[in-house]
Amino acid sequence: MSLPFQPEILWSDALLFVLLAAVSAFVLHVRRHEHLCVPWLRVAQSRIGMAAAVILAVYAAIGVLDSLHFRPALPAEAGQPLRYGNEVRSVLDVVAEPLRTRVEKTYSEPFALHLYAKENLTLADGRQVRDYPRLKHGGAHLADERERAGDIARRAIVGGLWGAGLAFGLWLLLGLSQVRRGRGVATATARMLHAQEWAAWRTALIALSLLLVLGGVLVQLAGHYHILGTDKVGQDVFYLSLKSIRTGLLIGTLTTLIMLPFALFLGVAAGYYGGRVDDLIQYVYTTLNSIPGVLLIAAAVLVAQVYIETHAELFDTAAARSDLRLVFLCAILGVTSWTGLARLLRGETLKLRELEYIQAARAFGVTHLRILSRHILPNVGHLVLITVVIDFSGLVLAEAVLSYVGVGVDPAMASWGNMINGARLELAREPMVWWQLAAAFLFMFVLVLSANLFADSVREAFDPRAEQR
Amino acid sequence: MTSGLLLRDLRVEIAAGDRRLMPVDGVSLEIGPHECVALLGESGCGKSLTALALMRLLPDGLAITGGEARLDGTDLFALPERAMQTVRGGRLAMVFQEPMLSLNPVLTVARQIAEALAVHRGMRGGAAKAEIERLLLAVGLPAELAASYPFQLSGGQRQRALIATMLAGEPRFLIADEPTTALDVTVQAQILRLLKQLQAERGMGLLLITHDLDVARDMADRVAIMYAGEVVEWAARDVLYGRPFHPYTQKLFSVLPSTQRRGERLDHIPGSVPPLGTAFSGCRFQERCPQVWARCQQEAPGLYELQAGHRVRCHLAVEDRPGVAQAKPSIVAGATADRAPLLQVRGLALHFPIRRGLFRRSVGAVKAVDGVSLELRAGETLALVGESGCGKSTLARGILRLIEPTAGSVRLGDEEVGRLSGEALRKKRAEMQIVFQDPFASLNPRMRVGEVLEEGLQALRPEVGKAERKERVARLLEQVGLDASAALRYPHAFSGGQRQRIAIARALAVAPKLLICDEPTSALDVSVQAQILNLLKDLQREHGLAYLFISHNLAVVAYLAHRVAVMYRGRIVEEGEAASVMARPLHPYTRLLLASAPGQGLPRDAVFSERFAQVGCPFAPRCGEAKPICAERNPALGEWQDRRVACHLYG
Repeated sequence: MSLPFQPEILWSDALLFVLLAAVSAFVLHVRRHEHLCVPWLRVAQSRIGMAAAVILAVYAAIGVLDSLHFRPALPAEAGQPLRYGNEVRSVLDVVAEPLRTRVEKTYSEPFALHLYAKENLTLADGRQVRDYPRLKHGGAHLADERERAGDIARRAIVGGLWGAGLAFGLWLLLGLSQVRRGRGVATATARMLHAQEWAAWRTALIALSLLLVLGGVLVQLAGHYHILGTDKVGQDVFYLSLKSIRTGLLIGTLTTLIMLPFALFLGVAAGYYGGRVDDLIQYVYTTLNSIPGVLLIAAAVLVAQVYIETHAELFDTAAARSDLRLVFLCAILGVTSWTGLARLLRGETLKLRELEYIQAARAFGVTHLRILSRHILPNVGHLVLITVVIDFSGLVLAEAVLSYVGVGVDPAMASWGNMINGARLELAREPMVWWQLAAAFLFMFVLVLSANLFADSVREAFDPRAEQR
Repeated sequence: MTSGLLLRDLRVEIAAGDRRLMPVDGVSLEIGPHECVALLGESGCGKSLTALALMRLLPDGLAITGGEARLDGTDLFALPERAMQTVRGGRLAMVFQEPMLSLNPVLTVARQIAEALAVHRGMRGGAAKAEIERLLLAVGLPAELAASYPFQLSGGQRQRALIATMLAGEPRFLIADEPTTALDVTVQAQILRLLKQLQAERGMGLLLITHDLDVARDMADRVAIMYAGEVVEWAARDVLYGRPFHPYTQKLFSVLPSTQRRGERLDHIPGSVPPLGTAFSGCRFQERCPQVWARCQQEAPGLYELQAGHRVRCHLAVEDRPGVAQAKPSIVAGATADRAPLLQVRGLALHFPIRRGLFRRSVGAVKAVDGVSLELRAGETLALVGESGCGKSTLARGILRLIEPTAGSVRLGDEEVGRLSGEALRKKRAEMQIVFQDPFASLNPRMRVGEVLEEGLQALRPEVGKAERKERVARLLEQVGLDASAALRYPHAFSGGQRQRIAIARALAVAPKLLICDEPTSALDVSVQAQILNLLKDLQREHGLAYLFISHNLAVVAYLAHRVAVMYRGRIVEEGEAASVMARPLHPYTRLLLASAPGQGLPRDAVFSERFAQVGCPFAPRCGEAKPICAERNPALGEWQDRRVACHLYG
């Protein structure tokens, strides 16, 4: 049997799936242990934390959709075995097919009907004029250009209503599940709308409902207009922004995945064994810290670049090439950023090592490895978690800066850094091309802000002082 | 009464969600000028919150919701915050438990006193300088210490410096919240004497908050006993110590260990102090009270006036309990000690090198333990006493080889522990175990109690199967008086005393012959201490365990130990039968320790110095009977009458 597509697992996809598996395992582990659940239940009681989590979840969903890659089959020729194209697509591309394919010639403003550059046009009567031509796709369905405002408003309202309907359905479903658990309609309503312990969940639901409404509006409009304009080569900026989400998320999470083993192993080892081991590890990270990070990253990325170019035969698609560069960037970011967490863990381990329960374990002759895994690691877990969540937003921003400088991800890859880089020169142009920068800023801002808010509520929930209250 | 500190019906509330918790519920006190009142109670009964409420320094989330406080007629709770600031540290000052946390580490002592002088008395420049010297002198500190930073001072000096800052505002009343709990007995005696003397000289009122009955007996004129947020008994000291009325007060006295109670089982109060947020109906002490009857459950007792100045919150004050029968403490036979020594320590030394410079060259050593020899027989308890920093705990860790000894030998049974390694050492570890001081730091918060107890078995007896392990855990829990269901819970669900039981069970899991107890009861309340001491005695009798019992509490040592070894600066200075050492101490240091113990009146004047000699007898600078030879030669531990003593006075 031959599928109409061939699944393609890029390196970064594989790592992302590993990460997802690890997170799922972690969640299962937490659920089985009462003391581990407690702080997470506190997170679930924070209204801001829950709203931020909803937004993060939407971002994550888009990122995961964009990581399910495949190569579509080429049109079948009789008698030939089925062959697959060289172009790698993702499920997100399929969902957003119209966005991807409706490419204009060059820049156009958000919701514009005309290009942003004048061209020589031949009128119906054969006269040549120099004017802004109509877009091929943006607003192409409009017979009369004056209908635009009314059309946008109508579509926005329809989309909004769709979203609102979905949201209402969601509330109704939740309410029904309450009723089915044996509570009366009145109590279920009261619980959902007023109960104190539902406050955070209510906030999350409201955030989700608002997102649904917004999503409805966007879906209705994006099919007919370029809602965030188009870039230099006419690609839809909204589509690029969506594609950039995966890049941002990968940089934020894969880096952590690569950095964690270093930080955990070296930090804990330095603190627990002390003496020469400690001296050596401290020496390594002090040295590493004194090399300017950007220099190290630039050098490493250039090396990777050369390797990829001289071994072109190893990569059968362009996507695989740019993907390897992304993974490499994550790796080098990880290698340079483990020092902070390692230092933190070393300090905490130094403190834990002297605690009496560790002494008691040593009095039992428990092996070092077992002390590390049963006594030390679980007790530094909260530090690791807090650091990881806080570092995430920093890494997303770092990607933007590095791509802007030119040592970030592949220029062909959609990323916020590349969008900003592309917008850089056009900002000086009169009239200004502002939408690329604005779109990248908006998407990044929302992600980083929710990540920070979420990190804040996680930090607060894991604060040992909170337990005493 | 217009002069004096008057507290009436104080209520402090914590808002926790929609529940309202009352850690202090209707406390009334009065302290006259020149008077010392002790507020006595176990941890968590609301003593400190009462003091903080008086100072209006309650932490966030707590609020005063009722009552009034009058200081010489001024209503403290009605004052605006600005006016309260001049009262605080001025007319009303407070000394806290931990002097290191109450002094700013980056300011010199003089600066901190000067600050108080400037704020409360407007003194600056030369006048302030002279006053600082006068204050330091008053608290017994040499004037040249004015320029030092808190970290350069010892614990006792810090507490003195803190008292000097508090005196700077010339307070009419001083609140001292456990001012000596963190200090050694010898230093505690000094500080208490200082407080008493300052109080007499300056005519101050003193509110002393303490958990120690003996400290209160030495210091107070009147005593208030607190339990679960209420004052349960309020009387003049002699009345309270002579004829305590409330069952709780009586129990507090009867659970105290002492020489007279040797061989007896200590009386104990079942259960523990009710946690904050317990909903009470009726008397708050009913669940732990030996004389409870129906009325106690139905009706909360009022504060009845038994006679003038003796108030009691108990129904017994107004009604006799039907059918009173007092249980006598049961007498148990002490464990008989074997002849052959189980543990033999010879010349054990633990030195920590001081390393300096790039290549970490060793430039000297801290001699934490310096040639200690001990013997301990099965079924015997040897107590190791001494001030903090004398090397008691280090010695214990050296015996267990948690720290590698520098020199000397440790024999357990018929094997030399120091020579063992690898598998043989691990096997040996099953024979010697340790119980630590802090029950909160000694259990891994991320492991269930069952896992904690199984850990030793897994490490030392891997041949024991899973089912048998579980069964053993259940048996251990039963042995230490806990429910078998405890195995499934996490340590945070238990109180301090219960945690200490778990820690003991953990040590017992591998069936040791020697149990080292490193201050196992010093972090616990007296009522819980009695439970743990009884448990230790029972276990010794049943299993013939040998205890090396490290403690600074001489009353506990007198009660529990067969023999005592007194340590000073890493060496044993006196060792002998507990009863005879307690009754007739020979070494001047032992005498100082015993004389400093609270509860027997404040010592007249002990020679006080925190210096110690590098050459000769390290105790010589503090010793009242030092001879010229003491400054030259360190005396060796020699036999003298029925014991061993290291002092030139003997032999």
